[in-house]
Amino acid sequence: MATAPAKNDIAGAFKDAGFWALVALGLFLPLIGFRAVQDIHNELTLETRWPLLFAFVAIVAAGRLLHNLLIAPWRERRRVAARAAVGAPHWSARLGSVLAPLFIGFALAYPAIAVWLAGAGGAVKWIDNFGIQILIYVMLGFGLNIVVGLAGLLDLGYVAFYAVGAYSYALLAQTFGFSFFMLLPVAGILAAFWGMMLGFPVLRLRGDYLAIVTLAFGEIIRLVLINWVPVTNGYAGIASIPRPTFFGIPFNASDEGFAAVFGLPLSPIYRLVFLYYIILALALLNSFVTVRLRRLPVGRAWEALREDEIACRSLGINTTNTKLTAFAIGAGFGGFAGAFFAARQGFISPESFTFMESATILSIVVLGGMGSQIGVAIAAIAMIGGTEALRELDVLKEVFGNDFDPTQYRMLLFGFAMVLIMVVRPRGLIAAREASVHLAARKKISGALVREGRG
Amino acid sequence: MEVFVQQLINGITLGSIYGLIAIGYTMVFGIIGMVNFAHGDVFMVSAFIGLIAYLIVTAWLGIASAVGALLIVLIVAMALTSLVNWTIERIAYRPLRGSFRLAPLISAIGMSILLSNFVQVAQGPRNKSIPPLLQGEFVLMGRESYQVTLSHRQLLIWIVTAVLLVVFWYLVSRTALGRAQRACEQDQKMAALLGVDVDRTISITFVIGAALAAVAGTMYLMYYGVVNFSDGFTPGVKAFTAAVLGGIGSLPGAVVGGILIGLVETMWSAYFSIDYKDVAAFSILAITLIFLPQGLLGRPEVEKV
Amino acid sequence: MTALLRVEHLTMRFGGLVAVNDLSFTTNRGDITALIGPNGAGKTTVFNCITGFYKPSEGRIALAHGAPEIWEELAALTQRDARSVARGDGALFLLERMPDYLVAHRAKVARTFQNIRLFSGMSVLENLLVAQHNPLMAASGYTALGIFGIGNYGRAERAAIAAARHWLDLTGLTDRADDPAGDLPYGAQRRLEIARAMCTEPVLLCLDEPAAGLNPRETAELNELILRIRSDHNVSVLLIEHDMSVVMEISDHVVVLDYGVKIADNVPAAVRDDPKVIAAYLGVEDKEVGRVEAEVGL
Repeated sequence: MATAPAKNDIAGAFKDAGFWALVALGLFLPLIGFRAVQDIHNELTLETRWPLLFAFVAIVAAGRLLHNLLIAPWRERRRVAARAAVGAPHWSARLGSVLAPLFIGFALAYPAIAVWLAGAGGAVKWIDNFGIQILIYVMLGFGLNIVVGLAGLLDLGYVAFYAVGAYSYALLAQTFGFSFFMLLPVAGILAAFWGMMLGFPVLRLRGDYLAIVTLAFGEIIRLVLINWVPVTNGYAGIASIPRPTFFGIPFNASDEGFAAVFGLPLSPIYRLVFLYYIILALALLNSFVTVRLRRLPVGRAWEALREDEIACRSLGINTTNTKLTAFAIGAGFGGFAGAFFAARQGFISPESFTFMESATILSIVVLGGMGSQIGVAIAAIAMIGGTEALRELDVLKEVFGNDFDPTQYRMLLFGFAMVLIMVVRPRGLIAAREASVHLAARKKISGALVREGRG
Repeated sequence: MEVFVQQLINGITLGSIYGLIAIGYTMVFGIIGMVNFAHGDVFMVSAFIGLIAYLIVTAWLGIASAVGALLIVLIVAMALTSLVNWTIERIAYRPLRGSFRLAPLISAIGMSILLSNFVQVAQGPRNKSIPPLLQGEFVLMGRESYQVTLSHRQLLIWIVTAVLLVVFWYLVSRTALGRAQRACEQDQKMAALLGVDVDRTISITFVIGAALAAVAGTMYLMYYGVVNFSDGFTPGVKAFTAAVLGGIGSLPGAVVGGILIGLVETMWSAYFSIDYKDVAAFSILAITLIFLPQGLLGRPEVEKV
Repeated sequence: MTALLRVEHLTMRFGGLVAVNDLSFTTNRGDITALIGPNGAGKTTVFNCITGFYKPSEGRIALAHGAPEIWEELAALTQRDARSVARGDGALFLLERMPDYLVAHRAKVARTFQNIRLFSGMSVLENLLVAQHNPLMAASGYTALGIFGIGNYGRAERAAIAAARHWLDLTGLTDRADDPAGDLPYGAQRRLEIARAMCTEPVLLCLDEPAAGLNPRETAELNELILRIRSDHNVSVLLIEHDMSVVMEISDHVVVLDYGVKIADNVPAAVRDDPKVIAAYLGVEDKEVGRVEAEVGL
């Protein structure tokens, strides 16, 4: 069997690598060794790719060998060392308090840095694809963090509230012509309302069952968006959604436009910087509210609920209300993010609200370390920024030839990273939690003691 | 009436496929208490393995007999899909056993994304279709205008499902392996103390689940004649619904649930609205979990204080 | 002597199994009542019925606050479809009609658990603040005011910390206040669970095997703590316990269960010598009791 060999057992290491090479051969033979392609008669024929198959098997064998000879002994040494240093807090425990002001400072200065480094034209991409895109996910991660990280309620359908926020803004803005800033709270409230509506029937459910029901709700909402054509326009989506204006001044090329009014050269950068600061403000607000909620009884009740629901009930806590507030507040933040998304894109369709989005948001929360805001921010930068950065890697084209399209591999790598991070750090990047109140000394609580909730 | 009978036949066929996938969910949930989110994609991978095997058998080896070809394809798909699932359990789930409860679920979601995108990259994003197999059909009843038919393909799916169910039911209820599985379901630590190889038992559970998913995958490919990298998600969720509806942990429950879901889907499409057929399936999932969490054939759970 | 809790004809069935059968007993105000019996006798089920975690199949569980005259309302309250009635400074509750969290919140019944249920990832102090959730929630204006820093939440939280501090001092946990509850040694976790229950300011404290797993010194400290709680805080105690040194030393009144049926209900000394109790514990038929007694030298 394929057990890791003992230290210095070189023969065993080779044997093990050989075993995994055989497994890899079996795994990759059908789908890498062959490729079914349509010929000119539109019939499927087979192509073979033996060199590629060989490369895959060789990579697995070499990787396994490397693991057996170097990485496994190293990890073993580190584990022994960690056991010796028990009691000392893990480096990640300190990270949060140091990084938070640094992060906020960088986020505030980011557009200026981008313009300074890349010029007004070049900065568009950096602010839009990276800055705004990442901040939307930070916002969504913060919102879901309340439900999953604090209250321990596993929600796989969070994207539903994102969709409710987006469609609420899009439909209300188009129908009634209200402004973005008026509709933002409305979208949040509607999403929170739906959070309660969907939260109510699932209160009794626990763990994986809750996850699956929320997934089902998320899918139902998406399917309704697709099929309720008179209202949502189905697959085609809603286009030309009004954009947010700068105190009534639109960002366009007209004489009343932002550039004309302030006598600036026409450029999309102003609108993007404006949008960037809106979503940054929303994310900071979200974070601020969450930090405050954690120190209020409701936040403590959420965490207690995650730790032990029955004990909560024995202390007179109405767990139904506690869960519903978590669902509602989490959903409300999702609604804000949705309204912002619709206003930024100017176009929404059910395509943007698939299960993949829920999975992405959940993975950001879990990878960041449940309950940790700074962890969520880091995970969003790594996962969203990382996959976005893949688009930019022209280097790869030079290696693999011009046909190589790195964006194709985005989701593949995303999935791979999810599995890898879970195996290496199952509790996420920042696992330690800080108590919300203290008598004498601020102490970190190791992630090993924090429970993850049964619901 | 004719329409109803025809939809009944179609629904049972579709439901058999769901049932076969559902067994994988139900067995894995029973033994390690996790929803193997990647199982739907394992099913999809098996259909692709079946597709490649079919092309090798017909185009390269030139085996003309449809039944012979299918048999080879079935065996190849079962063997290789089992290897895939064995590897997944080994590298993505086993290191997380006994750890943080959400970790295996996230890992499984990651694996699901990984599998579907791997197939997309390796085999291309377009639909792969094969010429229809086993064209014949039996006309059961009907007038000139509407004939109720049972195709050879449908009959084959019924027979294969029934035979495999009997075999696997025997395996898990009458053999030492089945006993070990049930022991692990009850208490892994105690089972290990009594000499049950827990790791091996769990591995075998994944292998059996994958083998049945591979049968479903091959049948799906043969029945519809087309497969796509994104075909794992929806059948996966429906099969999970079937497992829950039948009572998670129960093998016959998974099949009964599968057939019910298949029937609901075909009947809904025929009599109500084809657009909302997936909404119907998802609603059943939600309603079952909320009002009947133990399912039709499962055991109820009492909250321990 | 006024009654605090009256359990009448309590029956609890799980499917075909009768866990508790027609049990009646009374706990008086200021008493420490012990509920004992062999394993599987249904003691914890009785606790779960009293604290609202299980809905009894049959029977009435009534609890009174304040002046004893409120018991006069019992028949009328049972007739009406209501959970409780208040008159003057008294109030009467029918616990079997109330959900678990209201039993704790309104009827002021607190409990501990046989297998300790602390919030292990939260600090000791946080555990004690969660127990004061309801008053703090009201002080924070049900979050609506607290989130904006309006109102007197700050003062309420300081008072809650002071209350927690009192219980930390009493249970000897002050030094560990900022440590995670899951890090405490077993005996300290048992004490913390009692402190947490007391932070809800109960009138009745239900302890489910508080001495389980404690060493003799810790058991002696526990006895002292329970007596102290009763004398200083005007709380009645209902406890399930296997450790007879606890039962005999501190309880005023012992109820013995066997197979869900009450077989004795008396002062400790009388229960100790009751042949039916000895038979239940030793597992013999009634008619053999005499012989067994002779053998064990009673």
